[in-house]
Amino acid sequence: MCLAIPARLVTEPNDIQMVEVDILGVRRHVSVMMTPSATQGDYVLVHAGFAIQIVDDEFAAETLEMLRTMGIKHAEELAAEAEAEEAAAESVSP
Amino acid sequence: MSDILDGFRDPEVAQRLVEEIHATATEPCTLMEVCGTHTMAVAKHGLRGVMPSTVKLLSGPGCPVCVTANPDIDLAIEMARQPGVVLTTFGDMMKVPGSYSSLAAEKAEGRDVRVVYSPLDSLSIAEAEPDKHVVFLGVGFETTAPTVALTIREAARRELPNWSALSLHKTVPEALRALVNDPAVKVTGFILPGHVSTIIGTAPYEFLASEYGVPSVITGFEPVDVLQGVWMLTKQLSEGRAEVEIAYGRGVRAEGNPAAVAAIDEAFEPSDAEWRGIGVIPGTGLALRPEFANYDARVRVPCTPPEPREIKGCQCGDVLRGITLPFECRLFGKGCTPENPIGPCMVSSEGSCAAYYRYTDYGR
Repeated sequence: MCLAIPARLVTEPNDIQMVEVDILGVRRHVSVMMTPSATQGDYVLVHAGFAIQIVDDEFAAETLEMLRTMGIKHAEELAAEAEAEEAAAESVSP
Repeated sequence: MSDILDGFRDPEVAQRLVEEIHATATEPCTLMEVCGTHTMAVAKHGLRGVMPSTVKLLSGPGCPVCVTANPDIDLAIEMARQPGVVLTTFGDMMKVPGSYSSLAAEKAEGRDVRVVYSPLDSLSIAEAEPDKHVVFLGVGFETTAPTVALTIREAARRELPNWSALSLHKTVPEALRALVNDPAVKVTGFILPGHVSTIIGTAPYEFLASEYGVPSVITGFEPVDVLQGVWMLTKQLSEGRAEVEIAYGRGVRAEGNPAAVAAIDEAFEPSDAEWRGIGVIPGTGLALRPEFANYDARVRVPCTPPEPREIKGCQCGDVLRGITLPFECRLFGKGCTPENPIGPCMVSSEGSCAAYYRYTDYGR
C-alpha cells in the first residue's frame, strides 16, 4: 500500500501544481503539491498520484559505492590482521 | 535512475551484506518489519532463507488494509449502500471482508463502488456526476494520509457540494509503542517503513531508542535496501547502541517532508483508532477537523452499520502482532488461500499470509 515508485518530471509544474512524469516509460500526470521545489528532470517518488519526495540520486550512488567496497575493505582488514598475527607469531618463534 | 535501482538489486552487493550480517549477528535477535511492502520484499527475495540462525524476521501490523477493523469496513460498506452514493477507494480495499460482506461483493450486487488511482480522481467523478454524492474511502498510513488531506483541501477550494471523505487513516509510531509495551510481543529491533518515514522523518520514532532502548532503522524496499537495514540493526545491537538510523537516504530525509506533514495537520486531527488484533490505540486515527465537516463523510452520509462480528478461526490479529506465524494458523492454506481468502492478511496482496502463501512452501 505504501509503495512509491521513482518517476522523472518531463514537464515543469503548471499553475495547479500538476506535472507530467515518466514512470519506467509510462506517462502520467501527478501532483507536486508536496514537493514544491521539484523541477523538470528531477526524479520523485510517486504515491497515489502525488510526488511525496525528490529522490536524492547522489546519495543513492554514494550508498551503493559504500556497500560495494564494504566487503572488500572488511576482507582487506582481516587479511592485514592475519598477516600481522603471522608476523608476530614468527617473531617469537625460535 | 534504472542503473541506480539495478545497484540495489545487485546480487554481489547483497551477498556481501549477507556475509556482514552473519559476522555481526552473534546474539539472537528478533527484528520486526512494520510495512507490508517490506513483508512482500522479504518473502519475494527469500531473505529469511539467507539470514543466520540468530536473526528472526517477523512481520508486524504494517499492512493498512489488514489492520482496518471490521466495524470500520462495515461502515464503508453501509455508506456504499446509501441511495445516490458513489463510493471510491484504492483497489486494495475492494476484497477485504468486513463482518458480512466486502466492497467487491457489494459492487457485484449493483452498488456504485469504483477504484481510483489517485484520490484527486474522485473529485473529477464528483464534478462529472453532480446528482450523485461521491465518497472517497481513505485508508493508509502517513504515506497516504497527505494525498487525501490535499484532496480535501482541493475539494474545499473548488467548493464541491457533493464530495466527502471517510478517513480510516492511521499513524504508525504509537502503534509501535503498543507493540513494545505488549508482553506477548518480543522485538529487539524495528525495520521501519521507508515511505511512511519519507513523510514523518526520524523524530516521531526517537522514543523507541530513548524510552525503550530498542534500535530501529528506516529501510527501503529493494533486496539490498532490506539487507542494509538488517545489517545496520545487527550492528547497533552488537555495539550496544539504540538509535533511529536511515538506510534509505535516497528517499528519506531526517526531517521528513514538512509540506506533507503540514497538509495532514491542516485537514486532520488525532483520534482514537481500532487496529485489528491490537485494539484501540489512542491518538493513532486521523479524523477530519471540524472546519472541514462539509467534506466529512461521517457527517454528510450518516448511517449505522450492523453489529460487527469476528471471523471464526481467523488468527489475523495474532499474525499482525507477530505472535503467530501465518502457517501456524489452522486456516492457512486450507480454508484460507489467496483465491478464497477468509482473513484480511490473506486478502491483501501485501498481507503476511498472502506473502507466505505465494512465496514459501509452508502449509502445502
